[in-house]
Amino acid sequence: MDDRRLETMIGTLLRVGVLLAAAVVLVGGTLYLVQEGATIVSYRIFRAGGSEVRTLPGIAQSALHLQSEGLIQLGLLLLIATPVARVAFAVVGFALERDRLYTIVSLIVLVILVFSLWTAT
Amino acid sequence: MTALTFTALVFAISAVAGFLGAMTGLGGGVVVVPVLAIALGVDIKYAIGASLVSVIATSSGAAAAYVREGYSNIRVGMFLEIATTIGAILGAVLAAHVTTHVIAIVFGLVLIQAAYQSFKAEPETGNLVPSDALGARLRLDGNYPVDGKRRSYGVRNVPAGFGLMFGAGALSGLLGIGSGAVKVIAMDRAMKIPFKVSTTTSNFMIGVTAAASAGVYLSRGYIDPRVAMPVMLGVLGGAFLGTKVLVRAQVRTLRIVFGCVVLALAIEMIVNGLKGRV
Repeated sequence: MDDRRLETMIGTLLRVGVLLAAAVVLVGGTLYLVQEGATIVSYRIFRAGGSEVRTLPGIAQSALHLQSEGLIQLGLLLLIATPVARVAFAVVGFALERDRLYTIVSLIVLVILVFSLWTAT
Repeated sequence: MTALTFTALVFAISAVAGFLGAMTGLGGGVVVVPVLAIALGVDIKYAIGASLVSVIATSSGAAAAYVREGYSNIRVGMFLEIATTIGAILGAVLAAHVTTHVIAIVFGLVLIQAAYQSFKAEPETGNLVPSDALGARLRLDGNYPVDGKRRSYGVRNVPAGFGLMFGAGALSGLLGIGSGAVKVIAMDRAMKIPFKVSTTTSNFMIGVTAAASAGVYLSRGYIDPRVAMPVMLGVLGGAFLGTKVLVRAQVRTLRIVFGCVVLALAIEMIVNGLKGRV
């Protein structure tokens, strides 16, 4: 398989991922506005939210209970996963082409991404 | 302001930013952050968190289109992402340790550069050069379509490009933007890669770069669902429309208008940052 065909396939997969993420965010957002649309909000002073919007287990828990903010965060996590998936596909693609140098290069990028997401959340 | 009004306003602003960003090729993030911070008084940390998410959305959403055009160079992109992702993590960590005033001022300086970029016409394709020793060893060369034929180009000055990309990543992580402009400079000027190849490869890189700082942003609470939701949906929708009408519009005029808006935002950001109001 050449670079172009593999890339086109990955590109299409990514677009599906983005649309899926947007759909989940839209559902969560609609729910949020229906439930809390009339609340007065201000974002003038930064206050970090609770673990239900900041950690993977917290978000999963909140989304499972169909809470609006958890659903939005789940959609955003799906979105953050799309570039990671892109790099993972590249690792496989280069490995299939028996391109050792670029299998290693893309593997390094993948490790950096996973390490960053893992240690942070 | 009620949550409904806020969401509607932010959605509208983000849609316009995404639309203009896609049409001018400068991305939506650079406009969303200052407008949220200055016009709506949103703390800059919420603004950069929401912007970072929208950067990933537009980059991943457009990937298929860029591949179809046949310009992007995946080996160049992947190799330089080692630099941008490490830079992005450091930038994101740095964002937590500097005051929002500093972020606002640095943001303003980046906006001035973006304004300059949009006033300038797209550079002509320079001479295509053969790769130097390191570029050849890394097999970074490629080919791209020019008037229906594919022409080969080489890649030079890899260490300088790698260093600039580290800086681009750090800015992306600090400010929640794609920093496509710096990436293009690294490839086009330093590494002598054709402009068209540089811009499309940069577009594919910004999503991966942004994903590297997303974890830090999320765990620190910068990505607030109530702010990020309308920004992400707005920028994505606007960018989608922007790419649809791209061919028909007067891009040159638009870039000048866009440049003026960005310059005004730059001055506001720097003044507000210096006075400690942002």
